Amino acid sequence: MLKTFPKGGIHPEENKITSSKAIKKMPVPKVVYVPIAQHIGIPSEIIVDRKDKVEIGQVVAKSGGFVSSNIHTPVAGTVTKLDMIVDTSGYKKQCIVIRTDQKNESNFEVQEFPLKKEITIDQKDILQHITDSGIVGLGGATFPSHVKLDLKNDNKVDCLIINGVECEPYLTADHRLMLEKADEIIVGIQILMHALHINEAVIGIENNKKDAVAVLKKAAKDDKRIKVAALKVKYPQGSEKQLIKAILKREVPKGGLPMDVGTIVHNVGTIFAIYQAVQYDQPLIERVVTVTGKNIENASNFWVKIGTPIKDLVAEVGGLPEGTRKIVNGGPMMGKAIKNTDVPVTKGTSGILVISEDEANRQDAKNCIRCGQCVFVCPMGLEPHLLMNLSEKGLYERASFEDIMTCIECGSCSYVCPSHRPLLDYIRFGKSIVKKLNTAKN
Amino acid sequence: MADPIIISASPHVHSARTSKKVMYDVLYALIPAFLVSIYVFGIRALILTSVAVISCIVFEYIIQKYLLKTEITITDGSALITGILLAFNLPTNLPIWMIIVGALIAIGVAKLSFGGLGYNIFNPALVGRVFLLVCFPVQMTSWPTAIENNLTLDAITGETTLGIIKEGLMYGETMSTISEKIPSAMELLLGITSGSAGEMSALALLLGGVFLIVRKVITWHIPVTIIVTMAIMTGVFWLVNPEMYASPLIHILSGGAILGAFYMATDLVTSPMTKKGMVIFSIGIAIITVVIRLFGAYPEGVSFAILIMNAFVPLIDKYFKPRRFGNQIKSKIM
Repeated sequence: MLKTFPKGGIHPEENKITSSKAIKKMPVPKVVYVPIAQHIGIPSEIIVDRKDKVEIGQVVAKSGGFVSSNIHTPVAGTVTKLDMIVDTSGYKKQCIVIRTDQKNESNFEVQEFPLKKEITIDQKDILQHITDSGIVGLGGATFPSHVKLDLKNDNKVDCLIINGVECEPYLTADHRLMLEKADEIIVGIQILMHALHINEAVIGIENNKKDAVAVLKKAAKDDKRIKVAALKVKYPQGSEKQLIKAILKREVPKGGLPMDVGTIVHNVGTIFAIYQAVQYDQPLIERVVTVTGKNIENASNFWVKIGTPIKDLVAEVGGLPEGTRKIVNGGPMMGKAIKNTDVPVTKGTSGILVISEDEANRQDAKNCIRCGQCVFVCPMGLEPHLLMNLSEKGLYERASFEDIMTCIECGSCSYVCPSHRPLLDYIRFGKSIVKKLNTAKN
Repeated sequence: MADPIIISASPHVHSARTSKKVMYDVLYALIPAFLVSIYVFGIRALILTSVAVISCIVFEYIIQKYLLKTEITITDGSALITGILLAFNLPTNLPIWMIIVGALIAIGVAKLSFGGLGYNIFNPALVGRVFLLVCFPVQMTSWPTAIENNLTLDAITGETTLGIIKEGLMYGETMSTISEKIPSAMELLLGITSGSAGEMSALALLLGGVFLIVRKVITWHIPVTIIVTMAIMTGVFWLVNPEMYASPLIHILSGGAILGAFYMATDLVTSPMTKKGMVIFSIGIAIITVVIRLFGAYPEGVSFAILIMNAFVPLIDKYFKPRRFGNQIKSKIM
């Protein structure tokens, strides 16, 4: 029996169209748009000005506080303007526009660097490297990594979990990275284990990626401390709490963090970024993005410079097909629909999904028939139908009492509802109000 | 780009499961029992079911169009199912106008006056049946006997298995003498007995019930808990005094036990939404059913038991919640 989390979950159509497509290098764009809010927390502070010449990897916006991150320019060139542009959130955000200097055009040569196994850097310096390199969680949550790694002395983390689950349908960025950079990922894990004095690490991978399980097992065979766990395919297993439960059978307490149960979780993409930052001093300026969709001709995976407009990516796979009605930044379960393709790729962009007419429209909501499916599939043990009802009626105190804030917004309830009720929409809305009320109270 | 791009919140995919599909699954599940009913009762079963279904749909249409002036929902399949389930709970020789009255009560009172699909507290088909049972006890308890002359409209009326047992025990007979008059367990399983239209063959009903579980329309919790609890309770009485109480097998295979456990109690709208709640609900139904059967005035009690427990569903949903993830430790933030 493969391991998985015990309560709830769904199994949507996998549609991993691009799982056999090797990661291609996306041409460096002529102009990059680098937003200063690419992570959860305080936006970074811009430290360049118009007409400034910048070198590749130079810091252009520095961390705005502890829960924040440095942002580096992915290209060498000239800052043309500091502008407000619509980013993936749908809001206008401050952004640094940089025109690429054609002569100094970098071509992802860091991806070709040989494997560097020996860890020569001091333990303390490892964390400093990670902080300076602007590394954030690349699974999609974009939480600054150095915050997760800043362990208080009283915390006893005994196991590092590496998230290679990629439970979102369509996305294959992590899958490809695991296949192509397995050795580097193992070194990345060793770096973290060394820095944090952890003696056990488990890489969790869903069993629809048997090749990745095999490759990583082979890469890790010399290090007995690193294990690879094949997991049953079930969404949302890539959620931190569900993954910890599946692998360690430990349950992160309500409102708590993985540290509270002696573990920390990092995505494989993040681990690879850490490897590059520590071994080659490479800041986080490029990432793997899956560009996919049922009607996309040349759907594939790409190494992309942060700040590349999504339209460049779409052009690379053959343009938007006829009848495109929705473009999603991320996977179909948790990704955000974007208004147009001018939006740039950010640190959190794991995929671009193009959806056509027949799947883009939601059906009209009907009466709840109390079938209980939403309750059965909720991985957090909540009652989505009740939470929607309470949010709709404005009974936020009750909603808070019914644990609305523990919702992880995985969308399983909306996915499964036979009456097509917008359960998660209302729950999200309710959460935002409850959050405001809680801040007002304190 | 000609067509506008749609912006909506996640998730962007759906399971393609719809209420309609759920309703039609229930419909398919009822086909075997319906075929047995036609085989046993002939044309009367067909007439009864058609009248009940058509009346339910027509009443829903009229009430929504002219009385409530709301959206017409007759195509969602729920009125159709209420009609079939109502018919399955009635004797086949019931006068046609009574069937129509039953449909009016089921749709008009039990369903639409509560707010329509999803808002009704009590199972509409059962409210219709119990209304008829209370108003017209004679017609509602004279059942045609199986098989003979199944194409004529006047059937010979006989009593149900549970009716024979109740009456026999009342006149001081013992189970060993009664058992010669009632159908064997095999006959009950196949449906060679007398009773309401749809409660004939336990086997046909089980077949449909398994289909519903496989299709994930219902979970096993309600039917299995009802049957197991009934078996334990009647089993205890039977072991204490087999001359005074019928065996658990007879109790489960006769009357509306299987129909009730798989199709009536599991009605999505009127049953609890959590698995814990379903078990409590089902234990309640089984206990009330057995108490009515053994000690009450009526030979059969499944309908009453389900309706009584329907009333407890909001309370059950309030107190039997799923276990919240990570709730064993006091919250830090909230």
